[in-house]
Amino acid sequence: MTAVTDLVTSTTPRLHTVDMTVNGQRRSHEVEARLLLVHFIRQTLGLTGTHVGCDTTSCGACTVLLDGVSTYSCSTLTHAVRGRAITTIEGLEGPNGELHKVQQAMIDELGPQCGFCTPGQIMSAVALLNENPTPTRDEVRHALSGNLCRCGAYDHYLNAVMRAATGERVSQA
Amino acid sequence: VYPASFEYFAPSTLEEAISLLNEHGDEAKVMAGGQSLIPVMKLRFAAPSVIVDLNRIPGLDHLVERDGELVIGALVRHAACERSPLLRGRYRLLGDAAALVSDPLVRNRGTVCGSLAHCDPQGDWGAVMLAARASVVAQGPAGSRSIAIDDLLEGPFATTLAADEIITEARVPDPGERASGTYLKLERKVGDYATAAVAVQVSLDNGHVGEVGIGLTGVGPTNLRAGEAESALRGAEPTDEAIRSAAASAAEAAQPQEDHRGTVAYKRNLVRVLCERGLRTAVAAARAGEE
Repeated sequence: MTAVTDLVTSTTPRLHTVDMTVNGQRRSHEVEARLLLVHFIRQTLGLTGTHVGCDTTSCGACTVLLDGVSTYSCSTLTHAVRGRAITTIEGLEGPNGELHKVQQAMIDELGPQCGFCTPGQIMSAVALLNENPTPTRDEVRHALSGNLCRCGAYDHYLNAVMRAATGERVSQA
Repeated sequence: VYPASFEYFAPSTLEEAISLLNEHGDEAKVMAGGQSLIPVMKLRFAAPSVIVDLNRIPGLDHLVERDGELVIGALVRHAACERSPLLRGRYRLLGDAAALVSDPLVRNRGTVCGSLAHCDPQGDWGAVMLAARASVVAQGPAGSRSIAIDDLLEGPFATTLAADEIITEARVPDPGERASGTYLKLERKVGDYATAAVAVQVSLDNGHVGEVGIGLTGVGPTNLRAGEAESALRGAEPTDEAIRSAAASAAEAAQPQEDHRGTVAYKRNLVRVLCERGLRTAVAAARAGEE
């Protein structure tokens, strides 16, 4: 059992070590108890593909995979994921830098509009396809329903995920 | 937004967790999925000085049938309930509700027992457990005790749990082969609080209603039981007329407040409509099991 102390009265926050795997690499850092996973990923590790959107457990822009399960990194303590495996949008590329099939399908189907929510949409889609490689469109809709898009590009995202699943073009010419 | 500073503990046994709670009293909060606790800490509605994370304690993630009960351990996530083949048929109320809790990302981390302990009047599981006549097992320094759901829910974000007690299990009695239920909810968008939601469970006995449970979400200071509607239906033949009348009685039991989701009259009517639909669905599904 480890105690992580960070008293309001102390001038320097108490730091304790967290070890975890991020995108296949072992990482070890000294962080505060209250550091949220999304800030650890963005500020400590410099992986800025994971976005802060609403910051209130609603929008899904901060979605990462925690042991393969899609998770709000804005609502997860860094210390709570000690020893676990995190995958961020940066971890999806292949050994030679090739895009993940969901990323490629997003381009091919013109999924994103402004693109801000796209990393989160992709992480939720990847989690779904790992578990269910041949989803129906309704299953995709259900799986992505925690990822909001202020541009309203939902149908385009659905097209892209269906294309990633089937390998076939979805949108009309 | 950063939460206020706190000490974080991740004990590996329940005994350690309880001893930490006993030591720190009201200053400590238990964290299971953290999907309600972390957001309220970020908003500074809560600023506990100690967090006791249950996630490193083995043996709390069981979702099983045992001795005539369905047992849901403290670390069973909403997503596990959504996917479990156990939560169909006579336990359908729970499976239907699980799929409607918040959004998929919250369901992946959040827990049933954590939701009950948080006791948000907008929480779904309180209404479900009322309809299913469930209880929770609370473990504290002196051992464990069983608390009926009606005795657990005290008010908005307030339960009858002591500061050093942890809900280790929710227990749902087997309603029998000829039983079913459902959970119906109106929400403006996925993840929003419910405008209103209704949990119903019905068991049939020779074509008559045996036991019946009706729980309401989002229309009171806590989840409410529509007790008069239940009494009117119990033992009766589940005719259209009886169902309509029970649904009207459930609407009377609601205590809605007007807000941006609707007026008092609108929400009361919504409870009536959802209850009527829910009872029809539950009775039809229970009959299918009755054959």
